[in-house]
Amino acid sequence: MHAIETRGLTKKFDALTAVKQVDLQVAQGEIFGLLGPNGAGKTTFIKMLSTLSEPTEGDARVWGHDIRREKDAVRHDIGMVFQDPAVDDRLTGRENLDFHARMYGMKKTDRISRIGEVLDLVGLTDKAGELLRNYSGGMKRRLEIARGLMHFPRVLFLDEPTLGLDPQTRYHIWEYIKGLNAQEQVTIVLTTHYMEEADELCSRIGIIDYGSILVIDTPEALKNTLGNDLLTVKAADLDALQQAFGNESWVLEVNRFDSSLVLSVQQGEEKVPLAVNTAQKHGVTLTSVSVRKPTLDDVFLHYTGKSIREEDVSEKDQIRGRMRMHGSGRR
Amino acid sequence: MKNIINIQAIYVLWLREMKRYLRAKSRIVGSLGMPFFFLLFLGTGFKNFRPGTVPPDVDYLNFVAPGILAIVLQMGSMMTGIAILWDRQFGFLKEIMVAPVSRISIVLGRTAGGMTTALFQGFLFIGVAFFVGLRIESITGVIVALCFMVLIACSFVNLGLAISSLMRDMQGFSLVMNFIMVPIFLLSGALFPVEQFPVWVRVLSYIDPLFYGVDGLRYGLIGVSKFPLWLDFSMLLLFCAFMVGLGAYLFSKVDVD
Repeated sequence: MHAIETRGLTKKFDALTAVKQVDLQVAQGEIFGLLGPNGAGKTTFIKMLSTLSEPTEGDARVWGHDIRREKDAVRHDIGMVFQDPAVDDRLTGRENLDFHARMYGMKKTDRISRIGEVLDLVGLTDKAGELLRNYSGGMKRRLEIARGLMHFPRVLFLDEPTLGLDPQTRYHIWEYIKGLNAQEQVTIVLTTHYMEEADELCSRIGIIDYGSILVIDTPEALKNTLGNDLLTVKAADLDALQQAFGNESWVLEVNRFDSSLVLSVQQGEEKVPLAVNTAQKHGVTLTSVSVRKPTLDDVFLHYTGKSIREEDVSEKDQIRGRMRMHGSGRR
Repeated sequence: MKNIINIQAIYVLWLREMKRYLRAKSRIVGSLGMPFFFLLFLGTGFKNFRPGTVPPDVDYLNFVAPGILAIVLQMGSMMTGIAILWDRQFGFLKEIMVAPVSRISIVLGRTAGGMTTALFQGFLFIGVAFFVGLRIESITGVIVALCFMVLIACSFVNLGLAISSLMRDMQGFSLVMNFIMVPIFLLSGALFPVEQFPVWVRVLSYIDPLFYGVDGLRYGLIGVSKFPLWLDFSMLLLFCAFMVGLGAYLFSKVDVD
């Protein structure tokens, strides 16, 4: 049995299709990452799997339970950490966990021992008696992760687990996530738009854009599909340069950025002199050339035709525009 | 049945409400301020005012105290609606909604919590009123008053629940407070007998559910009422049942997002 299995899962809001025909299988014990820009449909996808939002079309099973017909069974088997904080800041850390445990029908002795365990797992044992309004953003996030684990879920959903956290806190949260995947054998499905996060944590990554999953594979395999080295060249006249490299047989792919061109090539080091020669032949002076291995960002560029970083702003604006058109705040 | 009525979930929703309430000391004291000053200044200011049908041995303070008690209960109960909007704003509603707990149980837990805080405020007010000069007629009267207090609280908690289910944020709630709650309390005869109104306004009073609540509380606390007790009781019970149904229905339709 797969931890998660979806077939043709689709969600439409009026004219906007937020999630389009997603077929996905997540194995037990995996850390699966959905990587995509804001507004790609990641949160909507997770909301459907967690029964908070009804799919327009398609089916899905979470730990064997149908998300339409067996909502309570699905809810029992999943833990959720929402993108925005969902804690009661007038209660203490322990009280938030106790509230959760009782909502999930745990018995008193189980509650007490489990609260101790999960607090320990996220390193908040000392702070358990404090009101949440006195917690920092990172501490709240850790408590939410602990709470998601309280009722021994089979699958834990983390929606943008490190959004808005500083790099150091982000790094700590990564450690906790890896630790609990190992110790609790819980399957984890997370969404992120941070490349490093997907690369660092996930056993497999699905790249999602405009509601469709474009490719699913391990981070290494994704990077290897490009199979090439990347040559970044800079010059004053990029137009002429783009045309020049476009006609060279050793250049497999040219991508244009604001101040540079990125060329996909084999054996990058050997192509540096060739690049310089080609530029000279066309009367263009290169200001810099560098060689590097592909990153997930390049993989993302390859599959979506745009960089996630520059996409971030425009996509957000686009979604805002679409939201305004439909007069609702859904994402 | 066990799946629909989840006692532990109802209990913990109630418990959370209690903890939040008891920690907000300023809210408890603040909620008593307005009714206390109303009682003190209206009661002493109109000391010799003998409204309409009220017997001469009942002074205005005793006439108005049950009315203000009804307002305390009404306003206190409506706080449940605000609490739900807060939960929505701070995301905690999602934590509640994603749990394997039926909507009915959530409504019951919310109602229990809201009623308890409203009744608690009601009792605090009775204590204060007693101190200022409220005379209590009989023990049976107190029991009658208690029944009416419970019905008023239950009705308005569910009204708050219903209204907050239809809203996405806090902005609209003051509109509701001012255009629904204030007319309800002014038409209820809490501050003066409705005989003073022209006929068309009096008709509005008679369809105001709080009117029967105030009348019943007066019967219980000072032994005087306009309508027979059974009529007050049935009208309020009817309204309460309707509100519970409406509140539960609208809340069950709430979209979490």
